[in-house]
Amino acid sequence: MTTLGSTGVVTSANTQKKRRGRPLARHIALVAFGLLMIYPLVWIVGSSFKPANEIFSTAIPFPLHGANIQGYISGWTALGTPFWVYFLNSFLICALSVVGNIFSCSFAAFAFARLEFRLRKLMFVVMMGTIMLPFHVLVVPQFILFRTLNWTDTYIPLVLPKFLAVDAFFIFLLLQFMRGIPRELDEAATIDGCGPFGVYWRIMMPLCLPGLATTAIFTIIFTYNDFFSQLLYISDTSKFTVPLALSTFVDSKATSNYSGLLAMSTLALIPVIAIFIAFQRLLVEGIATTGIK
Amino acid sequence: MHPSRSGRRVHIATTRLSRQEPGGAGRSENRSRSVIRRRRGRRAYVFLLPWIVGCVGLTVGPIIASLYFSFTDYNLLSSPHWIGLENYFNLFSDERYLTSVVVTLKYVFISVPVKLAFALLVAMVLKESFKMTSVYRAVYYVPSLLGGSVAVAILWRQIFGDPGILQSFLAQLGISSQGWLTSPATALNTLVVLEAWQFGSPMLIFLAALRQMPQDLYESALVDGAGRVGRFWYITIPLLTPIIFFNLILQMIGAFQAFTPSFIISGGTGGPVDSTLFYTLYLYIKGFGDLEMGYASAMAWVLVIVIGGITGLLFYSSKFWVFYGDSK
Repeated sequence: MTTLGSTGVVTSANTQKKRRGRPLARHIALVAFGLLMIYPLVWIVGSSFKPANEIFSTAIPFPLHGANIQGYISGWTALGTPFWVYFLNSFLICALSVVGNIFSCSFAAFAFARLEFRLRKLMFVVMMGTIMLPFHVLVVPQFILFRTLNWTDTYIPLVLPKFLAVDAFFIFLLLQFMRGIPRELDEAATIDGCGPFGVYWRIMMPLCLPGLATTAIFTIIFTYNDFFSQLLYISDTSKFTVPLALSTFVDSKATSNYSGLLAMSTLALIPVIAIFIAFQRLLVEGIATTGIK
Repeated sequence: MHPSRSGRRVHIATTRLSRQEPGGAGRSENRSRSVIRRRRGRRAYVFLLPWIVGCVGLTVGPIIASLYFSFTDYNLLSSPHWIGLENYFNLFSDERYLTSVVVTLKYVFISVPVKLAFALLVAMVLKESFKMTSVYRAVYYVPSLLGGSVAVAILWRQIFGDPGILQSFLAQLGISSQGWLTSPATALNTLVVLEAWQFGSPMLIFLAALRQMPQDLYESALVDGAGRVGRFWYITIPLLTPIIFFNLILQMIGAFQAFTPSFIISGGTGGPVDSTLFYTLYLYIKGFGDLEMGYASAMAWVLVIVIGGITGLLFYSSKFWVFYGDSK
């Protein structure tokens, strides 16, 4: 690959030809490594269909004696409340969080991107500073605050921060999008009589759609996977979310209903995988441009 | 951001207004401009209102409150009682706390480099487009999205636990092993593996950077007879240092705050023998198990200072190893 042509110039066609020998080895390595990476996920899906006594007896991820949905039946009601309640609760929190984040963060991003106000620079620095702040330094006072307001065991502590743009990261993400939109557009809209709100609603929001979609998707995934704050604030079983329910399920393993546990964990993974499959391109681009998880 | 541009926009707006009132040319333009500025300024606060309320009430306020609590003895039931630096002094004689520090540092300093090494290695292989690249990319990336969830932590328990799939697999090969999660010597390593398994997101960032590298440098290196290793070491790595730096900071901050895997895999205790007692887990136990809010706040502040300090050190060190193409 590194040998030079007689002229000393390597044409791209030449390099291309030299490379052709390697793809097979590379594909084999990539497939093998990919299988290793994906094995845990395949294993949990396959094992959720195994009878309990077969789960740990072999490393083969597939049920050997045909699919068995006993785990799904017993797991679904293992905690007393059927699992759909937990899914519904999780989805409700996700939906509210998405609405909150989209509006509050795009509001703030619009102000930073296009409007003038006093203390703008200072506020921008504060906003950027809060992005990297460890959540744990806020958690004790926030807990005390919400407890004083009698909001523990409600979804308010989980959802209210989203309506108040506390996830400053998404402000930054939308700000980057808005900076890319030509100012001529809002100038034209202003001339046509749009006030700031008109510019925001008629120009920025439609043109920021990819940014808003990225915000929505990551909000859903982060909120759905979040465990710490849900563990902190929710104690009533009927208000449990999927992570809380699974955590309780593991703790109460006295039943040692492994197939039920694996079946419910598999179901818990499905929403995120479905979102990934549906929005793969947005997710990949979102990461490449901003560096979120 | 762009004063000249926004100035022009205001100007356009004012000419529109002054056209409507043709009487006062110069002075009214000035006046209406400042009126618009002020009105825009006020509108800006309407847009900023949710963020300002959240920032004051849920971020800046709590930071100050937590600093205050860290100097108090506070158990939620009686009002906070000022004890000065006692919480901070107590940290250093609290053996469980010191264990949690060691566990967390080990976790961060092993898992982050391993994760980034995998991310870079795989990104190098996937950098050239070929058939199925997007499939491989997807397969390698999915664990990043799932990794922090309770479901995956449960999965990890079943793989490395006792009974566990790795144990039974090794037994089939005739190797007997104790449960990887029940042995204090190996429990933390399984969590490191879980963290490294999620190398997909830094990989995507590397990949995006690798695809934007200037090809002319590689071509001239080829002409100069540089081999694969030489090109990787003398071109790719220096050009990539800003991205390595970025990933390093991001992953480091994230790893310090890991909580869910340690909580689920150890059943909320940090066991066996505190070998998986992450800093955040101990903070949770102290604050919300023992209701020692002051102590937990002091712990949180130490965490902030440590993360801030390491970030600062990395920024300082970046002068010596991060290469920004056109600067200098």
